[in-house]
Amino acid sequence: MPADGGIGAPMKRREDVRFLTGTGRYTDDLNRPGQAYVYFLRSSVAHGKINSVNTEAAAAMPGVIRIFTGADFEGIGGLPCGWQVTDKHGQPMQEPGHPVLAQGKVRHVGDPIAAVVADTLDQARDAAEAIEADIEELPAVIDMKKALEDGAPKVHDDLTSNLCYDWGFVEENKGAVDEAFANAAHVTTLELKNQRLVANPMEPRVAIGDYDPAGDNSTLYTTSQNPHVIRLLMGAFVLGIPEHKLRVVAPDVGGGFGTKIFHYAEEAFCTFAAKQLRRPVKWTSSRSEAFMSDAHGRDHVTKIELALDADNNFTALRTETYANMGAYLSTFAPSVPTWLHGTLMAGNYKTPLIYVNVKAVFTNTVPVDAYRGAGRPEATFQLERLVDKAARELGVDPIALRRQNFITQFPYATPVAVEYDTGDYEATMAKLEEIADLSGFEARLEESKKKGKLRGLGVNCYIEACGIAPSHLVGQLGARAGLYESATVRVNATGGLVVMTGSHSHGQGHETAFPQVIAEMIGIDPSMVEIVHGDTANTPMGMGTYGSRSLAVGGSAMVRATEKIINKAKKIAAHLLEASEGDIELKDGAFSVAGTDKSVAWGDVTLAAYVPHNYPLEDIEPGLEETAFYDPNNFTYPSGAYACEVEVDPETGKVTIESFAAADDFGNIVNPMIVSGQVHGGIAQGIGQALLEGCVYDEDGQLLTGSYMDYAMPRADDVPYYAVDHSCQTPCTHNPLGVKGCGEAGAIGSPPAVVNAVVDALQRAGKTEVTHIDMPLSPSRVWAAMNQ
Amino acid sequence: MTNVTMTINGRSVSGTVEGRTLLSTFIRETAGATGTHVGCDTAQCGACTVHVNGASVKSCNMFAMEADGADVTTIEGMANADGSLGTIQQAFQDHHGLQCGFCTPGMVMTAAALLKENPTPTEGEVREYLSGNLCRCTGYHNIVKAIMAASGQDVSSIAAE
Ligand code: FES
Ligand code: FES
Repeated sequence: MPADGGIGAPMKRREDVRFLTGTGRYTDDLNRPGQAYVYFLRSSVAHGKINSVNTEAAAAMPGVIRIFTGADFEGIGGLPCGWQVTDKHGQPMQEPGHPVLAQGKVRHVGDPIAAVVADTLDQARDAAEAIEADIEELPAVIDMKKALEDGAPKVHDDLTSNLCYDWGFVEENKGAVDEAFANAAHVTTLELKNQRLVANPMEPRVAIGDYDPAGDNSTLYTTSQNPHVIRLLMGAFVLGIPEHKLRVVAPDVGGGFGTKIFHYAEEAFCTFAAKQLRRPVKWTSSRSEAFMSDAHGRDHVTKIELALDADNNFTALRTETYANMGAYLSTFAPSVPTWLHGTLMAGNYKTPLIYVNVKAVFTNTVPVDAYRGAGRPEATFQLERLVDKAARELGVDPIALRRQNFITQFPYATPVAVEYDTGDYEATMAKLEEIADLSGFEARLEESKKKGKLRGLGVNCYIEACGIAPSHLVGQLGARAGLYESATVRVNATGGLVVMTGSHSHGQGHETAFPQVIAEMIGIDPSMVEIVHGDTANTPMGMGTYGSRSLAVGGSAMVRATEKIINKAKKIAAHLLEASEGDIELKDGAFSVAGTDKSVAWGDVTLAAYVPHNYPLEDIEPGLEETAFYDPNNFTYPSGAYACEVEVDPETGKVTIESFAAADDFGNIVNPMIVSGQVHGGIAQGIGQALLEGCVYDEDGQLLTGSYMDYAMPRADDVPYYAVDHSCQTPCTHNPLGVKGCGEAGAIGSPPAVVNAVVDALQRAGKTEVTHIDMPLSPSRVWAAMNQ
Repeated sequence: MTNVTMTINGRSVSGTVEGRTLLSTFIRETAGATGTHVGCDTAQCGACTVHVNGASVKSCNMFAMEADGADVTTIEGMANADGSLGTIQQAFQDHHGLQCGFCTPGMVMTAAALLKENPTPTEGEVREYLSGNLCRCTGYHNIVKAIMAASGQDVSSIAAE
């Protein structure tokens, strides 16, 4: 390993220096010469017929350049959906149109009706107030089950109902699953909600459209996790701009958590308007707008059942879930409750028979799509709450029940269509027992009792599928994209390297971790490697960063490209050393001839590649630059075990997190400091979901949680220090780094631990009738549960 | 429109503003100091925190006119004179107290105000003082740890890298 930072070193992050000195460049920090500003007039009703939008008075206001309405986008494509799910009858999902600006109807609070472009933002906002929109309010559907009733108002009049799809997985197994339930010694049933959340990256979304008439080139600057995906979707499906005439730039991105994957109307609008007006057009979301226009997450209502035999072995699992799509299909929405959720229902257990049913429903709410974990937190929450409940019903230790049913042989083909390559669930559970000091729980319980507090312990496991994904597989499952990743490695004459990658950091530290990998491979200092990302003009086509895929897929592409570089460099070195290529070894940044003391430094070889005076020109080209596209042949399967201890105040129902421990298996690790940070952040989001967060609509579809006044985000004093460990490592067998991905684990593994702990606290206090409380576990809900 | 002048990181900056122009807008757009971030519109995230005449202030919650004549320090003014990271900034890097970096300027400015008031805070005091600053990335663990370290306290017993 290089002296200060190859694979495994907790290197400090180089990007921090600019973020700590105010010299980061986020999209809102960019301004284009002559730029105008857009303000969107958004629907204040959940469902309504647009009778007219009169912009006359507004258009005459100071500074107004032009006002656009839905009519301006007739004949222009709508926002596309990137995944088509096939229902249990073999039919494609119902797929409504999604215009850039509302046409005919508004379908959720926040749906954009008109866009005012003016010289300043204040002028645009002032003029928007003068627009007279005559909107006839229609009855709204908010509750999913009501939305499916006969005669319910339809969100989309051209669809047959509000049902997007009714999905069965694996449909052929349904009969066998039902039979296993009929023969079960014990059945545990749980009904629960996984509430709607708002991702809330701290940087609100921003889009700047720019157009250069000289070359007929459009540029979009945007807060995106995947600029190439936006270029493809917007160029090909919305605006009809070929990719070579469209550049998408995402500079520093201030968090995303999934919500910056999707292609949004504001991006298409700014790109379109800039060309129409021959002026750059900038939009900066306010936080209030973000609450009503960023795709939301979760929002599942589920009934789940577990069948066990007389020896407490799991024999079958059956679920029925209603998944809210919101008013339109966001980019990857249909995949979340299906392929990212159903395929995870085996969890860590060898349950032989599983059937998952999901009904996806349109409602008059903001579209719902992937949020950190995307489907996998929902699966884990159901399963791990259910197993806890089963243990209680059977009077057995919940950890012992889990252990008894763990998968122990790998590779393991689940009954839900995936194959886990590696894992060791016993190892992470044993590690958890150690780092969470589970044997000391009884003593802590006594301490809490003395203080008059109810203490509870919650433990759970999780499995997730990351490193999305084998393109041929997701293609069969309905993805309209490939899910490979790319890297170009350019070596300069003097030996420094630039890696141009399709992955794009929005906080994960790629600029530090990726060079560590290359430094390890070549034996040079990581400071010799620079990462370029986030700009379609200077990176190869890539799919971006989400699903904990950057190192597993993007890093693998980088490894492949670097291997090509090394192979070519060895040829050059062989020539320079007058040796045969097979005898050349690369170590510590020098090429040597095996068994001799002859060697040539990395920098001499790279120089020869660009100054090929003494060079095998008849065999190889000059230059040292290689590209690789890496398409994984399986998902990766990180796993772990989490524990939470809570105290509940019996007077108020307030829950405090006393401790939280996470033992994860991420396979090999490149930068343990960054990995720990990822887990910390995920845990806080999971604790946020468990105790605080929840996006609430009233029955008319008004968004009641539209700002940080009403939507409770976890703050520093809501959470403790976390004990995290990732020393259990079963490397992934199918990618060259043996890595699995760590970005989502914390958010997937933590909500059930918290809820299990609170239920445990109440049970220990004799509230045996309390077997579940829906999240968020606010004081009022916990108090009500205690006093029901 | 009114003319205002203030000192931002030692530099005098003047501009014409409307009555409704926020200090955060003035700092970002008139002074071009884009390290100060805007993360909300209800004064609850703290990303915009700066120091006005030595006191920590949410710059989205103050009109530019109110800061006429004031001495303002932003994240751009926190490095040492030689350009190296200041103590708090260095502690954030050393302890991985930031990920996407968007909340970071506000966190550093708030931390500086805390340590001025209370040079050796307890963990609980740090957490309470940070309760006006949201971070969605770090789960706060390493932010709290970085601030404890910046105050000169031993953080070696706190879990993880
Ligand atoms: S932007 Fe000032 S507190 Fe959020
Ligand atoms: S580091 Fe991203 S919000 Fe704090």
